[in-house]
Amino acid sequence: MGKFFHRSRWATPYALLTPGTAWLVIFFVVPMYYLAKTALSQGLFPLFSFGWAWHNFSDAVSAYQTQFIRSLEYAGIATLIALLVSYPLAYWIAFRGGRWKNLFLLLVIAPFFVTYLIRTLAWETILSDNGLVVRVLRDVHILGADGRLLATSAAVIAGITYNFLPFMVLPLYVSLEQVDHRLVEAASDLYASRVTSFARVTLPLSLPGVFAGVLLTFIPAAGDFINAQLLGTPQQYMIGNVIQSEFLAVRDYPTAAALSFVLMGAILVLVLIFARSLGTDRLTAGAAA
Amino acid sequence: MTAATPAVASYRSQIAAPTRAWMFVRRHVLDVYALIALGYLFLPIAIVIAFSFNNPAGRFNYTWQGFTWKNWTNPFGFPGLSGAVKVSIEIAILSSVVATILGTLIALALVRYRFRGSATTNLLIFIPMTTPEIVMGASLLTLFLNWKIPQGFGTILIAHIAFNISYVVVTVRARLVGFDRHLEEAAMDLGANEAVTFYRVTLPLIMPGILAASLLAFALSIDDFVITYFNAGTVTTFPLFVWGAARVSVPPQINVIGTAIFVIAVGLMLANVLWQNRRARRYA
Repeated sequence: MGKFFHRSRWATPYALLTPGTAWLVIFFVVPMYYLAKTALSQGLFPLFSFGWAWHNFSDAVSAYQTQFIRSLEYAGIATLIALLVSYPLAYWIAFRGGRWKNLFLLLVIAPFFVTYLIRTLAWETILSDNGLVVRVLRDVHILGADGRLLATSAAVIAGITYNFLPFMVLPLYVSLEQVDHRLVEAASDLYASRVTSFARVTLPLSLPGVFAGVLLTFIPAAGDFINAQLLGTPQQYMIGNVIQSEFLAVRDYPTAAALSFVLMGAILVLVLIFARSLGTDRLTAGAAA
Repeated sequence: MTAATPAVASYRSQIAAPTRAWMFVRRHVLDVYALIALGYLFLPIAIVIAFSFNNPAGRFNYTWQGFTWKNWTNPFGFPGLSGAVKVSIEIAILSSVVATILGTLIALALVRYRFRGSATTNLLIFIPMTTPEIVMGASLLTLFLNWKIPQGFGTILIAHIAFNISYVVVTVRARLVGFDRHLEEAAMDLGANEAVTFYRVTLPLIMPGILAASLLAFALSIDDFVITYFNAGTVTTFPLFVWGAARVSVPPQINVIGTAIFVIAVGLMLANVLWQNRRARRYA
């Protein structure tokens, strides 16, 4: 075996790679081809025939643009809230965690070992009409006497925010943990206030984490349908709900496939715009290298 | 932040004492915040655990009725539940083992060798993690339909291995990057060949990374709903069972199983963290 590794050095990485990458090509890349083919097909279940049916895309978008816009809106708001909630927490673990850092990190991830659906059902209990939260909010008149939380946009957004929180906390933590404390000390030696040294040193250095966190939260959030289904009503349905029912209930595969591609495309465009605005082009290039 | 403004103002005239006061304030504001944030994270979990001891009156387990042990003494006392849990565990074990092997090999290739196509491989690893689950699930559905592969246990397993590989690569690679290659060179200098060096030096050193990766894969698999939902056919996993139950009736046994999975997973992660801490101290 040693001789094999030694004699054919150039072949070794390919031998290591092939099984795993083959799996990904067959069960990730090839399916994308079939999804694209389905998106350009016509006909009714179960007989679809391929025919460059580009109108599937425009039809799908015009029929479901409300749900599209709603998905991007909910995902955007949830991502922003998740960032605001997670940043101080990640900062606290990275700078104040000491030798318990890993333990605190585990505490942050631990709740997510309860099955996603059960967690969401728990939120249904918490936000329910005779739950404590609604009663308190009614007593202090934030909600009206018959006001509810369940079946509102707020409930769906709250559910999405909670369910994807670790995707925000972990990358933020990783980038904050790598910040060289000597740089922060240098800033205060040079008479920068704590606020200034945070804004001018720590925050810019953590931007790759912000970028990764926003990406990893926004993408699954935009495609989610579980929160809208369990915490909302059809009034809150997102594009994920539409894709799911078009595929599995209506069985209009071409429309569902076209919607899937539009979702991916919309996410890609937003991510690129976001990367531009944050000036992280160089950062991601650095991360990829 | 506004409460701290006076401290910042006086900070400019005198340095030492107000700085300490400001740091004290800030440290505790953050501590309190972190405590609240952790409380927020654990609130639904507390509800799940509490309601596993509930004695619900109707078919839904949403309002507190009274304490009982009976759900815990009879965790599978609901038709179909034990079968679903069994399928979930089998899929999680098989998919995490296969994905860990395939992913570790890719990570070794990517970190240890410079070769043509490494950028493409990186992309192939990265893109599945940024694809919405629903798109991945739907695309696999179209593949299985086109190839006329009947959906069931096998297709779930295939899908789970596919989405787990990327996470394994990323986790193991993180461990390999910080690897001291001098240890391997030392082994070779002492007469070990490459295979012996790999099994006696490299593998034990990257083992915590491999273990963490397989735990992550196991957790992702046992929790997956969306991709499974598209590719399960008539087979039911635990998350699919919960989904079905959410519409008809929610038995408290669901909370029992959810709590049990939570306790086992957190226990394993905790053991891994403590083990790594001990190793780190021993090698330090």
